Amino acid sequence: MMNSMDPAAMERAITRIAHEIVERHPDPEPLMLVGMRTRGVPLAERLALRIEGIDGRRIPVGAIDISLYRDDLAQRPHARMQPSRIPEDIDGAVIVLVDDVLFTGRSIRAALDALIHYGRPAVIELGVLIDRGHRELPIRADYIGKNIPTQRGDDVRVSLAETDGEDCVGVYEERMSRGH
Amino acid sequence: MVTEQITQGAQTSTSQAAQAGQTAQPVGVPFDEPITDWRHRHLLDVDTLSKDEILRILSTASAMAEVLDRSVARTPALRGVTIFNLFYEASTRTRSSFELAGKILGADVINVSGSGSSVEKGESLVETLNTLSAVGADAVVMRHHASGAPWLASRTIGGHVVNAGDGQHAHPTQALLDAYIMLQEFGDISGRKVVIVGDILHSRVARSNLWSLTTLGAEVTLVAPRPLLPSAMVRGALEPEHPLGLPSVRVESDLDEAVVDADVVMGLRIQNERLRGKLLPSSAEYARRYQLTSDRIAKASPEAIVMHPGPMNEGVEIAVDVAHGPQSRIEAQVSAGLAVRMAVLFLLIRGGA
Repeated sequence: MMNSMDPAAMERAITRIAHEIVERHPDPEPLMLVGMRTRGVPLAERLALRIEGIDGRRIPVGAIDISLYRDDLAQRPHARMQPSRIPEDIDGAVIVLVDDVLFTGRSIRAALDALIHYGRPAVIELGVLIDRGHRELPIRADYIGKNIPTQRGDDVRVSLAETDGEDCVGVYEERMSRGH
Repeated sequence: MVTEQITQGAQTSTSQAAQAGQTAQPVGVPFDEPITDWRHRHLLDVDTLSKDEILRILSTASAMAEVLDRSVARTPALRGVTIFNLFYEASTRTRSSFELAGKILGADVINVSGSGSSVEKGESLVETLNTLSAVGADAVVMRHHASGAPWLASRTIGGHVVNAGDGQHAHPTQALLDAYIMLQEFGDISGRKVVIVGDILHSRVARSNLWSLTTLGAEVTLVAPRPLLPSAMVRGALEPEHPLGLPSVRVESDLDEAVVDADVVMGLRIQNERLRGKLLPSSAEYARRYQLTSDRIAKASPEAIVMHPGPMNEGVEIAVDVAHGPQSRIEAQVSAGLAVRMAVLFLLIRGGA
């Protein structure tokens, strides 16, 4: 395993993304952060906290579970489903979708489908902590914490203090990976 | 310090969501448990479910309840799946909620009822099931007047079978939605007093609830006039060493005594079509001693809730003011039924078994 991000680097990356979001969407644009279950949610909450520190805006944070929208439901058992929560009307809002790792893009496709069942946002953007490449769909991120070049079969795992007790990003090479 | 701030941030946004009233209190297990496959192909009764499995269905149901609040309450989770609703007995709630549950998840749902189908021409149950298999049924939701019919179905067809009520035997989705309501109300029902009143003898709702509620740790008391209790129960089948292996519950015939300090009071329908005056002198006589009245509910715990699987005979087993009063959760039971049935279909069909 190679540790690709220490806690200080992760904090810097999140703070930088927060600044980029504020620059692109100055007050009073109706912003909302929507974290993808599981680790996108604490990341979105951290981003909201940073944005509040920068320009004082309190950005609503939502959570979206994509279990019902995955394109591989028929091929493999689904994960445990958790409730989504979208705290406000999303019609006309600027939504920044937040996830920990961007890989094939299929989860993002599912999240987009789920989101538009709540209404019609003005814009949906994507922020990720790690972009590891190997896209299978025409999807790209607007905000990226760090690009990590990987082999397709590698396993990239983000750990967060809120969910895993520590902040780090582990890259497991294919032969060592548990086929996660 | 950083961690503290983050935790505070998390709490703030959770309470914001709660204020917005977007989702009810989540029900069931914490979400950090390892993900495992769902090991059951069928849902025939709740007695084969472990406590963890019941809680997993209920936590999935609480996620499904949120789906119902979206402006487009449709998802593609069961797209390409065909579900047959095979109902040999009348039903409004169960049948329509299974139909809607399947449709919200994107499945094609086809209703087949005993009347108006080849059953009227004398087709046997097995033939009917084979026909449904042949046209590509991925799942069959079945209600039948004969106890055990869904077990026969599960051995006959290749798809999933969901028991939507068989004879006097089992009604697993009703028991699960009842547990869902209780968990939503109390968080944890272990040690809570649940009193089930009415025609226990003929009630598949009571039978299934017995298993799920005791598995979840509730203290269950069954209340009925003696002729409406299963004779085995009266003769000691509830003793721990009895070969029937029934869960441990109390049996009472005095409602006024049993209801004291209860957390949940559940009335059952007096099934006139099954009694026909044989077991009860009259419904007025029954109402006098067993009706859920506001006086009786006042003896229960102050935060007690009143439940009923429906359809109700208002003025017989339950007073009108209690059925529609502030402690009643009878309407909530109907909407919970939809979320629970979505969860059951999703776990059975997409859970990996």
